[in-house]
Amino acid sequence: MTAMVQTKMLKDPAASPAIVSLKGVSKTFSNGTVALNNLSLDIHEGEFVSLLGPSGCGKSTALRIITSLTSPTSGRVEWPQEETKQKEHELSFVFQEPTLMPWAPVFANVWLPLRLKGISKRDAHDRVMEALEMVGLAQFSKSYPRELSGGMKMRVSIARALVTKPKLLLMDEPFAALDEITRFKLNNDLLNLWETFGWTVVFVTHSVFESVYLSNRIVVMAARPGRVVNDMPIDAPYPRDEKFRTSPVYSGFCREVSEALHAAMDAGDHL
Amino acid sequence: MTVAITGKAVQAEEAASVPLDAEELKRARAARVEAIGKWVVPIVITIVTIWLWDRVCAWNEIPHYILPDPALVYGTLIEDWPILAGALVNTLKITFGALAIATVGGLGLAILFTQSKWIEISFLPFAVILQVTPIISIAPLILIYVDSLSVSLLICAWIVAFFPILSNTVMGLNSADHNLQNLFKLYGANRWQTLLHLRLPSAMPYFLSGLKIAGGLSLIGAIVAEFVAGSAGSGSGLANQILESSYRLNMPRMFATLQLISLTGILIYLTMNLISHLVLRKWHESALKREV
Repeated sequence: MTAMVQTKMLKDPAASPAIVSLKGVSKTFSNGTVALNNLSLDIHEGEFVSLLGPSGCGKSTALRIITSLTSPTSGRVEWPQEETKQKEHELSFVFQEPTLMPWAPVFANVWLPLRLKGISKRDAHDRVMEALEMVGLAQFSKSYPRELSGGMKMRVSIARALVTKPKLLLMDEPFAALDEITRFKLNNDLLNLWETFGWTVVFVTHSVFESVYLSNRIVVMAARPGRVVNDMPIDAPYPRDEKFRTSPVYSGFCREVSEALHAAMDAGDHL
Repeated sequence: MTVAITGKAVQAEEAASVPLDAEELKRARAARVEAIGKWVVPIVITIVTIWLWDRVCAWNEIPHYILPDPALVYGTLIEDWPILAGALVNTLKITFGALAIATVGGLGLAILFTQSKWIEISFLPFAVILQVTPIISIAPLILIYVDSLSVSLLICAWIVAFFPILSNTVMGLNSADHNLQNLFKLYGANRWQTLLHLRLPSAMPYFLSGLKIAGGLSLIGAIVAEFVAGSAGSGSGLANQILESSYRLNMPRMFATLQLISLTGILIYLTMNLISHLVLRKWHESALKREV
């Protein structure tokens, strides 16, 4: 039932209220590189948005500006649904590397966000185990990161992002370093979790195929200066699975997005 | 995940049932030989060296006041044990006292330095000055200014030992993974939480390698300070035993004392290695066994 409602809502995510808005955001680094030029972007509740573009197009910078790890040179980031003086936004971040603490077992790594909020090990236990359960690693809670494979480490990283039950999940090329088999598996897992919990995802990638498979909206960006050149809805129904990956609809979308990406790159300096 | 587990189990079963081929057997034998040889070879070499030392003395009829033979040295070690043991205890007190203060002081200063750029800029020059000035040249001054002999010895040994801990720990505290630092910032960690849960664990391997150096240095510092103090005519550490033996040309006792000092140094080194291994074995690359 929930899934039905979810799918219905997702049909037109643009109609749902914005969770975060970038308004005319620009970022120039101290060495003079213009990473972003006048970027305006609304992320709506329940969307799975991919930021797709060649390296240097500022997609990671945009993500970091949303987290306020980087501050924009001009423009602003608005959170329409939050109190004006809220200190932290309800978001989580997944890096390209698993970024786990090597000295701590899996449990302590996932506990970290709660621990930093002052929640004791005992109080956090159920939530941590629940998050590990979601990514299928409950029985590895006592293992150290070095004992896990690359894909498993990434799952721990995702569990850590989910343990705070964020409204907005930001992912910066999270599966780029994984092999294709593991990446497909994690793509499916991520989609399942997203469909079940209905949060909002902003996913940075340079893979056309990954972005089409996952998202219901793709924002194509171009480099020098970093800017949005195309904003395309991917109107394929969820749940998506391996059948979708080999369907003509999927390859149609891939061609469309690929062309948009090439147009974006041609508009730049052919790099 | 289940797939991964069964996969591993299948592999293990295969390894148990399939007979090893010739090359695998050869490799296993080589590994066994290495495991035994690692202990046997150094022991054999040491015994041969001592035997050669004994033979050189006997063949050349070297008098014991020039080079005593091993039997005489170890005999003296046992015979003079009451005197040497007292000296050893005094030296050990200074060594471990200095190491303890150096550890606490080095770690504390390192934390202070990394909390504020200004503190580091202000006090780093002093730490460097203390480090680069040879201890033997400051020791007489300290002995004059400080009334208590053991306190002045402690200060000397501490000055020698604390710098590696300080500089290594500062390096370690500053080398926490940048993405992890971002993550902590993202989750609103305060300074104290970042220090406790991120910076200190990241600094642990660096701190421990500083500790290894400091362990040896605090022994050196203690002995050097004793030498300086001894020439002023008081104290009763191992260095004084060496000085006294040299005045009396008591070569066997001098050799026996030397043996004690190196043995102490070796034990400190092994202890530090063990501590480092125990702390890091779960996660750090340096302490991990690799499958070949």
